[in-house]
Amino acid sequence: MTIGSTPRLEFRHIGKSFPGVRALADVGFSVRAGSVHGLLGENGAGKSTMMKILGGEYVPDEGEVAIDGQAMAFRKAADAIAAGVAVIHQELQYVPELSVMENLLLGRLPTRMGLVDRRRALAYVKESLDALGVDLDPRAKLKQLSIGQRQMVEIVKAILRDAKILALDEPTSSLSHRETDVLFRLVRDLRAQGKAMIYISHRLDEIFELCDAATIFRDGRKVADFDTLEGVSRDTLVQRMVGRDIGDIWGYKPREHGEVRLSVKGITSRIVPQPVSFDVRAGEIVGFFGLVGAGRSEVMRAVYGADKRMSGEVDIDGRTVKAGRIRDAIRQGLVFCPEDRKEEGIIGVRSVAENINISARRNHLSAGLFVNDRVEAQTADHYIDRLRIRTPNRRQEIRLLSGGNQQKAVLSRWLAEKDLRVLIVDEPTRGIDVGAKNEIYNVLYELAARGVAVVMISSELPEVLGVSDRVIAMSRGRIVAQFARGEATEANVLAAALPEGAAASPTLSQVNP
Amino acid sequence: MTESNAAAAIGATPDTPAVRRRAMFWQMVDDYSLILIFVALFAVLSLTVQYFFSWDNMVGLLLSVSQIGMVSCTMMFCLASRDFDLSVGSTVAFAGVFCAIVANATGSVAIGVVAALIAGGLVGFVNGAVIAKLKINALITTLATMEIVRGLAFISSQGQAVGVTNDAFFTLGSASLAGLPVPVWVTLACFAVFGVLLNKTIYGRNTLAIGGNPDAARLAGVSVDRVRIAIFLIQGLVAALAGIILASRMTSGQPNAGEGFELNVISACVLGGVSLMGGRATISGVIVGVLIMGTVQNAMSLMNIDAFYQYLVRGTILLIAVLVDQLKNRRQAR
Repeated sequence: MTIGSTPRLEFRHIGKSFPGVRALADVGFSVRAGSVHGLLGENGAGKSTMMKILGGEYVPDEGEVAIDGQAMAFRKAADAIAAGVAVIHQELQYVPELSVMENLLLGRLPTRMGLVDRRRALAYVKESLDALGVDLDPRAKLKQLSIGQRQMVEIVKAILRDAKILALDEPTSSLSHRETDVLFRLVRDLRAQGKAMIYISHRLDEIFELCDAATIFRDGRKVADFDTLEGVSRDTLVQRMVGRDIGDIWGYKPREHGEVRLSVKGITSRIVPQPVSFDVRAGEIVGFFGLVGAGRSEVMRAVYGADKRMSGEVDIDGRTVKAGRIRDAIRQGLVFCPEDRKEEGIIGVRSVAENINISARRNHLSAGLFVNDRVEAQTADHYIDRLRIRTPNRRQEIRLLSGGNQQKAVLSRWLAEKDLRVLIVDEPTRGIDVGAKNEIYNVLYELAARGVAVVMISSELPEVLGVSDRVIAMSRGRIVAQFARGEATEANVLAAALPEGAAASPTLSQVNP
Repeated sequence: MTESNAAAAIGATPDTPAVRRRAMFWQMVDDYSLILIFVALFAVLSLTVQYFFSWDNMVGLLLSVSQIGMVSCTMMFCLASRDFDLSVGSTVAFAGVFCAIVANATGSVAIGVVAALIAGGLVGFVNGAVIAKLKINALITTLATMEIVRGLAFISSQGQAVGVTNDAFFTLGSASLAGLPVPVWVTLACFAVFGVLLNKTIYGRNTLAIGGNPDAARLAGVSVDRVRIAIFLIQGLVAALAGIILASRMTSGQPNAGEGFELNVISACVLGGVSLMGGRATISGVIVGVLIMGTVQNAMSLMNIDAFYQYLVRGTILLIAVLVDQLKNRRQAR
């Protein structure tokens, strides 16, 4: 904070507790007008709680939020909006059936004689979008837009409401590279216009590229403040975030590979038209890389039986898995962690223990009929401890956990299978902080060391290269190239994954599926 | 527990005792609120309403909720899996009529009962199969079967009550065992069986998982379609059982029996804290929900309150119960 000027936004000694968890304890930091302030920390460090306090969704137990030096007491979200605060959460809040224009002006559409004045509204929205340099059709329905475009609508909505403080929570986690570029440009423009912005991201590159200052949270406390990020190293940030030196983030060590465990032969489904084949050996981690829409998830869903298989065969240790029967796949040791954790991974209103035990419980029924609560409690506690799942206890509803901890619980569900042979993980670390990522990689290594064949889908090229024994590149629903660990480089994997006709030597920012 | 995990689990600083006490207090209120309300209600009525707290009245009360009680058990499963069943009232009527017709035709009560149970199970199976396999909304599906089955009841009985000639049929509804009528025993058995099913079997846990998130449940290896069909099939069976017992009590199968029954059953479940969003249900809640409904009705009858007003009171109680539930959820979300 520069001397003599009042910060636009200031958090003063904020404290907030939930039953059994102290989410924030005496946390304070300030954000200048015309700056982008990075907020870093592991999942569960308290960033999202802080943003909900800023947005008026939570009322802090202690402390206050001050705008231009004046203490505010937000009791509800509308209070924060009225004070010029816009918090854009990871889960966007829009009406999919309505148009861009209607979403932007929701609740304050111009009217004439009681009816919506569409012409005036359209003209206004068009003008505003042009002024911001955002390329969106005001008439398009939100459901027709990409996630990135929807996010843009949220940001524009905030600007049209004259927000002077904008908080973006993980805005790039589901954006393509080009969408990210557009977002960055917009953020820089807004900074130039004097907005105060808070930027939460797990991607340190983005923090360095965009942020003027940064604050790091850990376990509900502030552990570091940086007035500038110049001269600050990546390692410093990571170390302050996780509170320990995690060294090499990938932590890869070579392993022996055994016989072929998973053999996929000519598999097709309604959305995988061309037959796909590949093998994975016992103890091997195979990384699937491709652009969004390359068909990686679709292939794996067909392998697991989540989508109906039309043709082809899946063998585990030479035994064929029946098509389209998830239960049979699981019985034969083939399991799958889906990409969309919230929609397809967790059962939100059920407990952590229930989410862990849902599948493996069939193996320890008493009298062949009754759920064995004692064993299930032990299993849950075992994995909560081993994978460091942060939860007050195993009975906590899983929706109340952070993303990384939810992911660990979903992994635990499969670790609890006694005869695990093949693990397929789809974007296992999306939206997860550095420390938890590292822990998830370690779980994968451990499984591989036990002889499990691991398939990892990831859109983060460094992760694919850092973790995999072998990399398979997919493009337009086909496997286009394979690389052994030593051969795979960012350049050749990316070049292979690009659809034909794209630039010969592309940079990431040019890639757009 | 590792050191860092322990620190994280309770936050960087330990809770203050005040915070913890407050949390524990609310937890208690959450867990026992319904039972407390019922106990208070019961105590007040016992002290203020004449004849309320007498053995005969208690037996009468239990008997009056026995049909609702049985079907509430299966409706609990249905709602817990995020589904809905409006057809149970019609099934109650049809099963009663059908049982009477078959019993008269064959001269055997047992064959009549079995036939009616099969018919009820069939209705449930059709509901479940259409909802699970054809992916038609449960509300619409069971609205349709509600109409169809009610129609079948009227057609097969030609709109008249079907009296049963065999006296053995009446013992089902009127016989007593250890001081309690048979229907009450059947209801108690249902509470016990379905309580165990919900809490202690894979079937029950999977029902809750499906209600919580059907897609995630499927990917976790739950046979979602099969569980759904089972839920509706069992519901059809139990509704038929309730219909048979009701017919026995009324000494005839009546095609217009059980009108509005489905809503009473759903009310009792919701009153008992079963979430319409799926994933949350307890048998103790449902039992208390059923008892509150029965107690209020019983007390109003004893107080000679016009039956028309009972509708108002029932509706109001339901609204209050849902509101309380909402408030509870909101506080948990904070």
